[in-house]
Amino acid sequence: MTVVEVLVRLALVLAAFLVFPLVIGQTEHKVMGHMQARVGPIYAGAFHGWAQLVADGVKFAQKEDVVPAGADRRVFRLAPAIALIPYMVVLIAIPVGSGDLVGRSIDAGVFFVLAVMGVGVLGSLMGGWASANKFSLLGSLRTAAQLMAYELPMLLAGASVAMAAGTLSLTGILGQWEWWWLPWQAVGGVVFFTAGLAELQRPPFDMPVADSEIIFGAYTEYTGLRFALFLLAEYAGILVLCALTTVLFLGGWHGPWSDDLGWLWTLLKTGVLAFVVIWLRVSYPRLREDQLQKLAWTGLIPLALAQLVLTGVVRVAIA
Amino acid sequence: MTAGLAAATVAAADLSGRGGPGFLSPTGAEVAFVLIGLVVLGSALLVVTTSQIVHAALWLVVTLGGLAAEYLLLTAEFIAWVQVLIYIGAVVVLLLFGLMLTRAPIGRSTELDSLKRWPAVLVAVGATATLLTVVVDAFHSAYLDLGKTDDGSARVTGESLFRVWVLPFEVLSVLLLAALIGAIVLSRGRADADGKGR
Repeated sequence: MTVVEVLVRLALVLAAFLVFPLVIGQTEHKVMGHMQARVGPIYAGAFHGWAQLVADGVKFAQKEDVVPAGADRRVFRLAPAIALIPYMVVLIAIPVGSGDLVGRSIDAGVFFVLAVMGVGVLGSLMGGWASANKFSLLGSLRTAAQLMAYELPMLLAGASVAMAAGTLSLTGILGQWEWWWLPWQAVGGVVFFTAGLAELQRPPFDMPVADSEIIFGAYTEYTGLRFALFLLAEYAGILVLCALTTVLFLGGWHGPWSDDLGWLWTLLKTGVLAFVVIWLRVSYPRLREDQLQKLAWTGLIPLALAQLVLTGVVRVAIA
Repeated sequence: MTAGLAAATVAAADLSGRGGPGFLSPTGAEVAFVLIGLVVLGSALLVVTTSQIVHAALWLVVTLGGLAAEYLLLTAEFIAWVQVLIYIGAVVVLLLFGLMLTRAPIGRSTELDSLKRWPAVLVAVGATATLLTVVVDAFHSAYLDLGKTDDGSARVTGESLFRVWVLPFEVLSVLLLAALIGAIVLSRGRADADGKGR
């Protein structure tokens, strides 16, 4: 690979990182606006409120960047970057189409993406602690507890696919993929997607930012662009989670005419999953903290372990 | 302990050139290795000297991340990502959780400067000296050709782990299981003593 080729690939990944989270954010405005009959998000700029996203951007950029007096200034300012950058790094390893359509094919890809995604949570922890605000600290505590509960089922579900394919590389997994993996790995897929939602603190797992109890959790004291960066991190997280679920459990670029249109299949599947994420937000009530923990430890982990056993048995049987 | 490890890695970096192509014309990877080693050493020193307890945990993130980068430079890709996943993603998060749950004041806390500082320095120096001796003795003529080897890939690591080292691996998992059961027994025992046991 030449230097120019590496730079082009990195630029493409950066472009995807800058465009797709905003598309997901815009879609969320519109879908929520229609599903819940909200007038606001579908009003600005006439046609379905297309200008809402622009207006939001201008609003965030105008607002004063406030750091609370009692805060730990350096950590407070650094936190949004720590929350956002890992998702950009993860995108490098996600294959979009057949062959060489990937930023960089990484040998231990599954471990790479899960490890780097876990780092993003440090941003919420740092922000919540450094804000010198009790609501923020509570939000951080809930974030940490949630991460620790849901990291394990996510890893186990990912390990199941790696076991089925006999490789940890994301491109390698897609190379091995057959259509009957869909029912075979279905339970693992549901566990992975659910645990990923919880890790992103999306509804119905948004206890760490529960606005009716602790205002906005770790992000309570943030304003302006730093707050926007945290929001962007959430949408980038949705993109990464949906793309990963697509690659690991839905066959990524596999589909009819996948030789030419593989990348379209990846985008389509990712888009449908992102729509499901938004749909869940408008249709499910928030889980309580004890229900959250119970779901992870007594629901998802046993299911993930059962999926591992099933994968192992089938692997041995067909070998 | 981390300071000792960091010093050992720096020493290993200096020595890695000896058996092969020589000291005086280091490659880019070797220069990067030494520079990252210095970052690891510096942040490890900050972990033990800073008087703000949460900052110590955050500097530990830098230390552990730097070590992961060193593993990457030594082609041990799998170990590097496991290092990030387990130590940064789980251990440090657990550490921060514990700190926030008990006490995590913003600003300096004077009680962190305890009289145990000098015994701690002594232990750290001792551990560093021991590790340095062992590492130098074992690897002083070893040279890793970064361009050709894939010694650290998941396949090679897995094969050596489950073919050559399978007994230590199983013994370790029994140890972890014992620790897990011990933790459950301890927490249940306390709940029973409070009269609130299930």
